[in-house]
Amino acid sequence: MPLELVTGNHAAGHSLAVAGEANRSARGVVCGIYPITPQTEIVEFVARFPFTKGRVVPVESEHSAMGVAIGGSVAGARAFTASSSNGLAYMAENVMVAGFYRLPIVMVAVNRTLGPPWNIWVDQGDTLMLRDFPWIQLYCESNQEVADTTLLAFRLAEDHRILLPALVAMDAFIVSHTQTETDLAPQELVDRYLPPLELPHRIRPDDPRTIGGLAWPAESLSMRVEFDEAMQRVPEVYEEAREAFLDLFGRDPGAAVQPFACDDADAVLVATGTIATTAREVVRRRRERGERVGLIKMKMFRPFPADELVRLLEGADRVGVLDRNYAAGIGGVFGHDLKAAMQGRRDDLLVQDYLTGVCGGDVTPEMIDSVLDDLLERASAGRPVWVGVEAPEEARK
Amino acid sequence: MSEAPAVGTSGIPCREECLLRPGNTNCGGCGMSVGLRFLGEALAEAGQRCSLVIPACCGIVTAGAFPTTSYGVPVVASTFASAPAVASGMASVRDLNGETDQVICWAGDGGTYDIGLATLSAAAERNENIIYVCYDNEIYGNTGGQRSSATPPGARTATTPSGKPEQKKDIVAVMAAHGVPYAATLSIAHPEDFRRKLRTALRLEGMRFLLMHSPCPTGWKSEPGESVELVRLAVASGLFPLYEVRDGERYRINVEPDGTDPLEYFKRQRRFDLGRIDIDEVRQACRRRIERLRALSERFPIGAEA
Ligand code: SF4
Repeated sequence: MPLELVTGNHAAGHSLAVAGEANRSARGVVCGIYPITPQTEIVEFVARFPFTKGRVVPVESEHSAMGVAIGGSVAGARAFTASSSNGLAYMAENVMVAGFYRLPIVMVAVNRTLGPPWNIWVDQGDTLMLRDFPWIQLYCESNQEVADTTLLAFRLAEDHRILLPALVAMDAFIVSHTQTETDLAPQELVDRYLPPLELPHRIRPDDPRTIGGLAWPAESLSMRVEFDEAMQRVPEVYEEAREAFLDLFGRDPGAAVQPFACDDADAVLVATGTIATTAREVVRRRRERGERVGLIKMKMFRPFPADELVRLLEGADRVGVLDRNYAAGIGGVFGHDLKAAMQGRRDDLLVQDYLTGVCGGDVTPEMIDSVLDDLLERASAGRPVWVGVEAPEEARK
Repeated sequence: MSEAPAVGTSGIPCREECLLRPGNTNCGGCGMSVGLRFLGEALAEAGQRCSLVIPACCGIVTAGAFPTTSYGVPVVASTFASAPAVASGMASVRDLNGETDQVICWAGDGGTYDIGLATLSAAAERNENIIYVCYDNEIYGNTGGQRSSATPPGARTATTPSGKPEQKKDIVAVMAAHGVPYAATLSIAHPEDFRRKLRTALRLEGMRFLLMHSPCPTGWKSEPGESVELVRLAVASGLFPLYEVRDGERYRINVEPDGTDPLEYFKRQRRFDLGRIDIDEVRQACRRRIERLRALSERFPIGAEA
């Protein structure tokens, strides 16, 4: 396919649109849309798309955008939406419902700092706020990865072994508003990659069932257990969807966990989103100097790919996690989860959390170098380290 | 569908058109039970099927516990504020597939007048092709009886122990102001009028809004056996006028108040402290309201077509 110069937002919008169009021989597509910077271009894109069999509903809030997606999905349509930041916070109640109803809705989220204070720049705190919600979460690094992962997310979510909604995240502005040459999937191939949605538990007018009414603790519990089993199947089905993508489009949409120079590394960085791009370059340079350092890009955050991480970190003795988020009283979410995953399996592993680029500041190669210096010198892990904090004494007076 | 006759959650067989099955959890004397029966009958008579969308309210508890359901039709439970949005999604898919079953929201006053109002307003503004029925019990019945913006002045609730000071929100005026194709009030004390309005709603397209005065013996502190009589008094005194509005601009009063004193309505429910109600002010308010509706009905009549 000819490459097109598009933003991350348009890459996502294109993939959502062609995925929706691919359901035209089934029950169609429904999308609830509500704008929020820096996501707005995505919903504008799908609002302009000439769906053969679809409806884009311009609603009054993010809460209702997910409500429309829920309604569309229970009725058997392919359904999606997009949001960001405080919009996700407002949507949260229905985000939870979509998951527990096992609706394979896909949402693209542009990571943006939660306010207050008012801040439109990248920070993962918004999607990570939803970390205990019943959603698959995938973090992307580039426009191409956004375009491909969005398509893959539908295949993964709609697989009958899974039937869980999926969230595809990208960094505000660095990806959402930056144009790069991107291979946008043509409709004919998407039609082959995404079979028409068949939602087994969709409502049927002659089948009186109440979806979401009261359930006693024992029944609620068994539904949670089934949910957990579906979550556990995600990594395997992800791999299948990835291979099928590679076969059809000739491109790798990227593994759930992506190691770089990890084989003999003593010290490994873990990064997500665009920080991974910068960190990869820093690791490459230090490798040239003979340092045994490596990088793991975590793309899949939910379910947490603990087994894969344990395997990849086998030879390492220390890990530095670059967390572009801050969970009150904990530090970084990725670092916290990684520590929990290693407990009892790699108690000798030093896991140090670094809070980098929180609230949208640049994460430079120099900052990552300083993180690696700190990591390599450490005798033990300590509290999460804030990186790049300038003390604006003058401003505080 | 299976060959066996439909049964309710109590195991009692019910008719095919039984929208609300026996064995549901509604309190005795709940207006919602009667309303759902009328709705089921109207659908059967019109030969139409429906799916219900029910937000958090007594109406979703009515379904009973998984895996049984007291509803003879598919029901999707929505979050408190989301019923019209979920219904918009469902109705979109129905329309995309050329299907004709109705998508009906069935919601209490909390989900309608209060937490769900923005969603309802937006669905009305988009003229979604759905029917929205609010069973207005004027109280948050499902949480045990707290004030809502539908609670009439003077009513004691768990959060207004000495009587609510504010007026009841005029939700039909709010909906009519959106220019929806149809907005009407319903009373189970006037079943023929109720059924006719359901028939009208089922025939029309776009957003149809129905407000049903729904006795709640639990919250109204009234006798279950008196429920129908109570709402009859509300209509007769002008406290709950029965009228309909087409396209937000043409009006018709369906039942003229007969001069019954609103005091009769208050006296029958222990939620009102008569010593605290300015009954003259209530009488005047009823009179002003019905006069205004009369003027609108005469000046901008619906006419005979519907
Ligand atoms: S609490 Fe009121 S509205 Fe709820 S079921 Fe009982 S009578 Fe009906």
